Amino acid sequence: MTAATSIILSRAREQVLERGEGLSEEQVLEVLQLPDSELDALLELAHEVRMRWCGPEVEVEGIISLKTGGCPEDCHFCSQSGLFESPVRSAWLDVPMLVEAAKQTAKTGATEFCIVAAVRGPDARLMAQVAAGVAAIKDAVDINVACSLGMLTPEQVTALAGMGVHRYNHNLETARSHFPNVVTTHTWEERWETLRLVREAGMEVCCGGIVGMGETLEQRAEFAAQLASLTPDEVPLNFLNPRPGTPFGDLEPMSGPDALRTVAAFRLALPRTVLRFAGGRELTLGDLGARQGLLGGINAVIVGNYLTTLGRPAEADIDLLGELEMPIKALNETL
Amino acid sequence: MTAVEPGPGTTTFCDRCGAPAGEGDHARCARERELEPPRFCPECARRMVVQVDPFGWTARCSRHGTCSSAAVER
Ligand code: SF4
Ligand SMILES: [Zn+2]
Ligand SMILES: [Zn+2]
Repeated sequence: MTAATSIILSRAREQVLERGEGLSEEQVLEVLQLPDSELDALLELAHEVRMRWCGPEVEVEGIISLKTGGCPEDCHFCSQSGLFESPVRSAWLDVPMLVEAAKQTAKTGATEFCIVAAVRGPDARLMAQVAAGVAAIKDAVDINVACSLGMLTPEQVTALAGMGVHRYNHNLETARSHFPNVVTTHTWEERWETLRLVREAGMEVCCGGIVGMGETLEQRAEFAAQLASLTPDEVPLNFLNPRPGTPFGDLEPMSGPDALRTVAAFRLALPRTVLRFAGGRELTLGDLGARQGLLGGINAVIVGNYLTTLGRPAEADIDLLGELEMPIKALNETL
Repeated sequence: MTAVEPGPGTTTFCDRCGAPAGEGDHARCARERELEPPRFCPECARRMVVQVDPFGWTARCSRHGTCSSAAVER
């Protein structure tokens, strides 16, 4: 360890672990620039921070696509945009299948079930389907229901809160300065506005993004700082899984060490947030990644499959939590 | 609608890229398919309507019916 890198970690230890104050943008950048030889020490610190400020519990979630494909937006990473030559075709899930998926998810011990739709924002048909789905799930299954339906009007925010949707996911996706290279059909600020409305309505705010989309380390640090300024209840961290036919289809997946450094850096920027391992971890980190992430700052996982791609079997993650002696967060607890 | 049992004999087309299975190299497709559901019908190469859920997937070809992860695992 050089003197300079040891100062970066010891300062982070004092500031984040002892005082619970997240790293600034400049400090996150220093962490992202640490050499591979410091990675183990960094992950250890991030793990200590997570244990100290969040505890050992892990929040387990399942996600499902209610409306797949055919989206009018052009998010360059997304196989569900109707603007690219992606092999993903439009599909709608019916309410009985939604309830069945929620039941199966709850059986793993998961406390969160997130209903996702590939849309710019919901129309009346989608809102009606969500209302029916949420009511049917609440009738049949003991699980928190979250939604991710794109940009919302104030009326839609009120309606979702009224249905009992407890958390809303809307990712800022990337640093504000990089966003125009990723999405051109709407702005970062429009996304921020939806998040503001969600918070105002009393729903929990879930907001993260995807790393490995050609952003610089400076922009990755910028993104962490922007998320920290939002103070979200949850941050889902995805690693780009380059999808065929999308503008980012030919990007190389991030390296494992880069992905883990990012996990740790985000934890040090957001000491108290639910930091969730989301899509792309299997591709970037392989089977060992789940363990390394959970011992490096992660305290929440998406189990099973994603929206259009597959994940590790849910049991593999649940077994791992048992082995690591990390209890699954119970339904009535708040991390 | 009949269930298509994927397997030898029905795989005329690569179910990931839709190209003829006997032409070109589909080794990468096979690797990627471990973390993806099928997207193209192996019999006719039509794009299928695919629904992924946390524990499996179903894929429907308008001509050749539905296959699912449950059928593959059986
Ligand atoms: S808005 Fe969502 S579904 Fe639509 S292209 Fe962007 S990421 Fe994909
Ligand atoms: Zn192929
Ligand atoms: Zn067919």
